[in-house]
Parts: sequence; structure tokens; C-alpha cells
Amino acid sequence: MATNTSAHTEVPGGHAKGPFPPFDPNVFAPQLIWLALTFGLLYLLMSRIALPRIENILEARRARIAADVDDAASMQGKAQAAGAAYEKTLADAKASAQATAQSTRDKLAADSAAKRKTLEDQLNAKLADAERSIAGTKAQAMSHVTEIATTAAADIVAHLTGKPADTAKIAAAIAATKA
Amino acid sequence: MATGNAIDPIHQFIVAPLAQIRIGGIDASFTNASLFMVIVLLAATFLMIIGTAQKSIVPGRLQSAAEMAYEFVASTVRGTTGTEGMKFFPLVFSLFMFVLLSNLIGLIPYTFTVTSQIVVTFALAALVILTVIIYGLINHGTHFLHLFVPSGVAPALLPFIVLIEVISFVSRPISLSVRLFANMLAGHITLKVFGAFVALLLSAGGWAAISPLPLVGIVALTAFELLVAFLQAYVFAILTCVYLNDALHPGH
Repeated sequence: MATNTSAHTEVPGGHAKGPFPPFDPNVFAPQLIWLALTFGLLYLLMSRIALPRIENILEARRARIAADVDDAASMQGKAQAAGAAYEKTLADAKASAQATAQSTRDKLAADSAAKRKTLEDQLNAKLADAERSIAGTKAQAMSHVTEIATTAAADIVAHLTGKPADTAKIAAAIAATKA
Repeated sequence: MATGNAIDPIHQFIVAPLAQIRIGGIDASFTNASLFMVIVLLAATFLMIIGTAQKSIVPGRLQSAAEMAYEFVASTVRGTTGTEGMKFFPLVFSLFMFVLLSNLIGLIPYTFTVTSQIVVTFALAALVILTVIIYGLINHGTHFLHLFVPSGVAPALLPFIVLIEVISFVSRPISLSVRLFANMLAGHITLKVFGAFVALLLSAGGWAAISPLPLVGIVALTAFELLVAFLQAYVFAILTCVYLNDALHPGH
């Protein structure tokens, strides 16, 4: 960067007929000097202060976000574990409630079945007694039937013939009819 | 803007001393250009140092802007030169901020555009090229000269290729500086000429009816110049990265 190239041949301010302003060599030196000053200072400020600071800010933010994401992940894990534990407790409670209900139901069913059995047995016994007494009565009645028939037949024969009937023949005839 | 004679679009580029200073026979006057260089420096300091003073985890507006500038230039440098190019990050960042703020502040009416001076842009370009040459020679010695000798070229073609490479290398500071300077110069001249049209039409009787047309033109051009101001700063920064990449990895 040559800074001493400007030859002061022209009077400053005579720009109306001077060279095209950006190509005026008279203004090269002051522009280069001030450019070097300002750009140099800008470079120092940016490289020493601004850019490291922003780098730190971005790094801190990245670290913070990563930490927060980790925290959130562990929280989520805990929440999922708690959810699973809750589900398990609920399932256990449901199972035990069902077991209790089932056993109660079984007990009640067994009780009622036993009672019914006893009742049926008693009824059956009574039925059997009744049948037995009916059968006894019937047998008794049937044994009287022969006697009645014999008497009736003897009376009929005596009435028709006018002489006493032969009971032995009548008994044989009744026995033959019954057989 | 239009004072005295209506059309003098060159007037805005005149460098006039505000305070005469001479150091050892060299003119070091504090000029309007110097004033705006100082303003650019103050603006950059305000944004990048005062704006980040709180160092908050959740940034405010100014700190967001400062961080955005940092991330933008950092990703440009990293993307162009790789991680080892980050040692030039402060240089590229300073260049980007200086050029961007010069361009943007220069768009405000009645201001002076630091980057519309070829000597300023050339000095910045020379700084880049000198950095490339010095760093390249120190770190790679003569290997740095392989930059001019691409591998895998037929020996018969080599002299021409080397000549072309040398010419392209020498033209880099010229194209880098002239691109920025010419963009700023042309943009400001166009704005000035359109502004002068408005003034001329207003003072031309019935023609005053069409004076809003160039005014609309100025509005559109100002938006365009804002784009150019940013784009040229970005182009300057990314070309700096590309040239520095040659110093970091010569011989492709």
C-alpha cells in the first residue's frame, strides 16, 4: 500500500475542471491513511472483542440447549417409568378385584348348589316314602280285590242257582282270570 | 442532492478535506471520506460490540443481527475454504462488514460512499491478494507456485497455461476492486440522474405532469441498490474466501 504517491500538482478545490474525482491522485494519500486507520481499528475490534464474544455466546447457547435437551430426555424417561408403574398398579388392582369377585361368585355358587342338593335329597326321600306308601296301599287294595271278587262271585252263583257255591272252584276260576 | 446546476452526478464523489492534516509532507487530511470511514467503524462497533454487550442466551434484536452477521460470514468462510480457513475469519468478517456498511450508509441521501473510491476498493483488494501471497509463500514455500502450474497438462501447452494462470492471478485484485467500485459508482450516478430528472421536469411547465415517473424509478432503483449493496459485499467476501483457499490449498 503505497501512501506517498500523491504529487501535489493541483490546487485542491479546483475540481470543476479537474480529473474525475475518484481518479484524482491528490485524494489518494489521505484516503489510504484513513482507510488503514479505520480498517485496522475495525479489524482489531472485531478479531479481539466482537468475534470471540459472539463465539462464546453461541457456544454457551449450544451447551445450554444440549443440557436442556438432556434434562428433558431424562424427565421424559422418569415420566414414562412413572406411567408404566401406574399402569402396572392399575392392572394388579384390576386382577385382584377380579380374583376376589370370582372367588366370591364361586363360593356363592357352591353354597347354593349344596343347599339345592340337600333340598333335592329331602324331596327325593319324601317322594320315595310317598311312592312306597302308595305301593303298600295299592298292594293291600289288590289283595282285598280277590276276596271281594270271591265273595261277589259266590253270592252271584248262590243267587242264580239257589244253592251255596263251591268256593274252591270260584277261587280257581278267579286265579285263572287274574293270571 | 440537486443543488446549483441540476445535473452534476459526479459531485457526490468529490473528496473534500474537512480538516487539513500533514504528516511529514504527506497529505493526511480528515476528509468527508475519512468521516464516513469513521462512521462505518462506529456503526460496526455499535452493532458487533455494543449489540453483544449483554451476552444474553436469548438474544435481543441487535444481538440477533450481530449473530446473524457472524453466522452468515462464518458459514461462507467454512463452506468455501473449509475449517482451516477459519483463521482468516476475522479478516473476511471485517472486510464484509466494512464494505456492507459503506455501501448501505452510502445509500442514505447526502452521505458519501466510501466504496465508490477506486483507491479504497483497490487497497482492500490489495490487502486480500497480499495476504494470499504472503501466507501462501510462508506456509507452502515454492509449492505455492504450483498454483500457476496445474497438474496433468501436456508439456507443450504448459507455457501458455502458466501464462494464462499468471494473468488471471494478476487480474484478481483489479477485478475485485473494480467490480465493487464500478457498481457503487454506477448505482449512485443513476440515482442522481433520475433525481435530477424529477427536478428538471418539475421546472419545465407542462412536463411536470410526468415527473412522478422518474420518482417511481428512483424508488425501484433504491430497492435495487440495496440489493446491490448487500450483494457486492457478499461477492467481495466470497471471492476473498476463494482466493484465500488458493493460499491454503495450492496446486488444487
